Amino acid sequence: MEHQQTCSSADIAEADERLEKVKHAIEQFKLMKGALIPVLHEVQDIYGFLPEPVLQVVSEELNLPLSEIYGVASFYHFFSLTPKGENVIHVCMGTACYIKGAQAVLDRLSTELKVPVQGTTEDNKFTLEATRCLGACGLAPVMTIGEKVHGRLVPNAVPKILIEYK
Amino acid sequence: MKLLTDLDAIRTLTQSRLDNRRITGASGESITFRSVMVCGGTGCTSSDSNTIIAALEQEISSHGIESQVEVVRTGCFGLCELGPVVIVYPEGIFYSRVEVKDIPALVEQHLLNGKPYDKKIYEKTRHGEEILSFEETDFYKKQVRIALRNCGTIDPEVIDEYIASDGYKALAQVLTTMSREQVIDTVKQSGLRGRGGGGFLTGLKWEFAAKQNKPQKYVICNADEGDPGAFMDRSILEGNPHSVIEAMAIAGYAIGANQGFIYVRAEYPIAVQRFTKALDQAREYGLLGDDIFGTGFTFNIDVRLGAGAFVCGEETALIHSIEGHRGMPTPKPPFPAVEGLWGMPTIINNVETLANIAQIILNGAEWYASIGTEKSKGTKVFALGGKVVNTGLVEVPMGITLREVIFEIGGGIPGGKKFKAVQTGGPSGGCLTEEHLDCTIDFDTLTSLGSMMGSGGMIIMDEDTCMVDVARFYLDFTRDESCGKCTPCRIGTKRLLEMLDKITEGKGTMEDLENLEQLSLQIKNASLCALGQTAPNPVLSTIKYFRDEYMAHITDSKCPAGVCKSLISYEIDAELCRGCSLCARKCPSDAISGKVKEPYVIDKATCIKCGVCFDVCKFKAVAIV
Repeated sequence: MEHQQTCSSADIAEADERLEKVKHAIEQFKLMKGALIPVLHEVQDIYGFLPEPVLQVVSEELNLPLSEIYGVASFYHFFSLTPKGENVIHVCMGTACYIKGAQAVLDRLSTELKVPVQGTTEDNKFTLEATRCLGACGLAPVMTIGEKVHGRLVPNAVPKILIEYK
Repeated sequence: MKLLTDLDAIRTLTQSRLDNRRITGASGESITFRSVMVCGGTGCTSSDSNTIIAALEQEISSHGIESQVEVVRTGCFGLCELGPVVIVYPEGIFYSRVEVKDIPALVEQHLLNGKPYDKKIYEKTRHGEEILSFEETDFYKKQVRIALRNCGTIDPEVIDEYIASDGYKALAQVLTTMSREQVIDTVKQSGLRGRGGGGFLTGLKWEFAAKQNKPQKYVICNADEGDPGAFMDRSILEGNPHSVIEAMAIAGYAIGANQGFIYVRAEYPIAVQRFTKALDQAREYGLLGDDIFGTGFTFNIDVRLGAGAFVCGEETALIHSIEGHRGMPTPKPPFPAVEGLWGMPTIINNVETLANIAQIILNGAEWYASIGTEKSKGTKVFALGGKVVNTGLVEVPMGITLREVIFEIGGGIPGGKKFKAVQTGGPSGGCLTEEHLDCTIDFDTLTSLGSMMGSGGMIIMDEDTCMVDVARFYLDFTRDESCGKCTPCRIGTKRLLEMLDKITEGKGTMEDLENLEQLSLQIKNASLCALGQTAPNPVLSTIKYFRDEYMAHITDSKCPAGVCKSLISYEIDAELCRGCSLCARKCPSDAISGKVKEPYVIDKATCIKCGVCFDVCKFKAVAIV
């Protein structure tokens, strides 16, 4: 936790530009009813996660208690309070993918990367996540690494795919 | 602002382009202009259809035939299994699994010389020497495309093409010639029921909201498709976004609302981008905004991104999410149609429901009501997935049988395996078996069998699927997605999951089985919203139809399908093993030992049952026992 705080504070001190972007977004949504979720989307878009110091800024600007912001942020799966690795892997665990063996692919990724699901590798290269449905059932089982979609997976294909990103 | 006459002019101007995307029966050299349609849905985009479009354009320009060919990025054609899909008109030749390396030959042979490029022609369109159009294949033959009607035939990013396919004509007709009551009556008479899961009569919902005497009302489009294994809403937004915008405006007029919201999953980037673009175009044309068609009617639509909460499919939870809170449901009544967003009357319709509206207005309530069954009118889009040959998106008339959908349209089970079950309705639905294959698909039949229509995911399972594991999979989902507000759902689903875990681990007892059933019924009766009320359906239906499989886990400690890890182990057949050592090298827990060229052995105590040895063995020497 300590590490994470220093990390995000430093990030923010360095990158005023990003904070400016957040403030600009808040300005845009401020007068709108129900602005909190759209603002959180913007923050996550800009930082890749929701850093605490930035949430404090959101709290002041939108005049909402930080506790309420955390309540909302932690409710939705899409929002993350911790930083992610360079490459985020989403393994689809929708029914079609599950039936076709997505669990084995996920297990294999976890073994290869030596991280549990939702974990980030020590070198910060990969974050492994299970996601609900990517809606590409025709290619089941499917995973995405960053923007790229890998379909018709078998556990054996995993090591080779990971090499592309190492 | 566009007037009616402007729309007519656009229609006339663009019509010839669309006419060219029809199968004419013309052949070879007599064709002077071709349309190359490339699927740009998420499925095909994932298998690189964008690169294919770029390669096509480059190749076409290098031959200097730009004036004789158009390349169109469309919405989903449905046959996702075969992506990337390319269709060339006017012949209607269907190419599947096209790769960039195919493009030069495809362009030269087909677009330059008029001879279909043999290598990638979809197998099912071959009929001896003759090549059939895709519409004649089993996959398309029985489909009736209403909600999906423009998916695959127009460029979803060009509003003129939507207008040319009778787009915004229904909105014009409603605003200039119909009273609010007439619109509601038409929708009511059509018998259209909500396609989001509940199956409530759409016209009736509109009527409730219309009757409220409040200064502000809202129309919400629920595009937060959260069902694992369903992607019809996503495909409609990607392939025909204007149909949703038009229908929302019609709904707004009918109930007296001037503001709409679309609540769409942030996980669907292509859908969000295309819909936002469509909104901009509609605003630019004055088809949204103030004084639409000069009739004084004002309507706007804002986009709200969902944030990954399945419970937001529930109306009241969705409303709270738009208001900026946690998406937790509240008891009904009051129904949103009476007291919804910010306390004002609000109707929430699902994407697929809305995609039918313009067609109902244009063709009349009777036309729509003539399709389907007595109580389930029209068509339903299903996302076929799992162990079925043709995975993809199909739209079929209500009343069709499961067998027709799975075996005729879906092409049956791949790999010579045996059909075991079909799951409809996602986590809220249930599993049906072989004996139900001839049952008709409609809201009431599916519910009476212990499943439901839901949003329309249809997952096919074969003999390699463990039904207890499937129930556990769904419970894991609903337990995770429960918002936690009401105790039966929060704690009940957790207890159900624990019992299912116990059974799949071989530690279950007959008492657990009884408790499973009892608790399931209690959760159904006591939960606050539809998530909890339907969460036990996968458990109840699998116990009902696959009791023997539960029994095998409990009394014999066996998983007949060979899925549940605790109940299986891996063994190497000494006769088949050639001693290549590959399994030993790949085993992550060093559980395999032996000498090269002699049979290897798995130490069951160290084995973590990851199945790597099973996957890598080239001699099928590793067996699940």
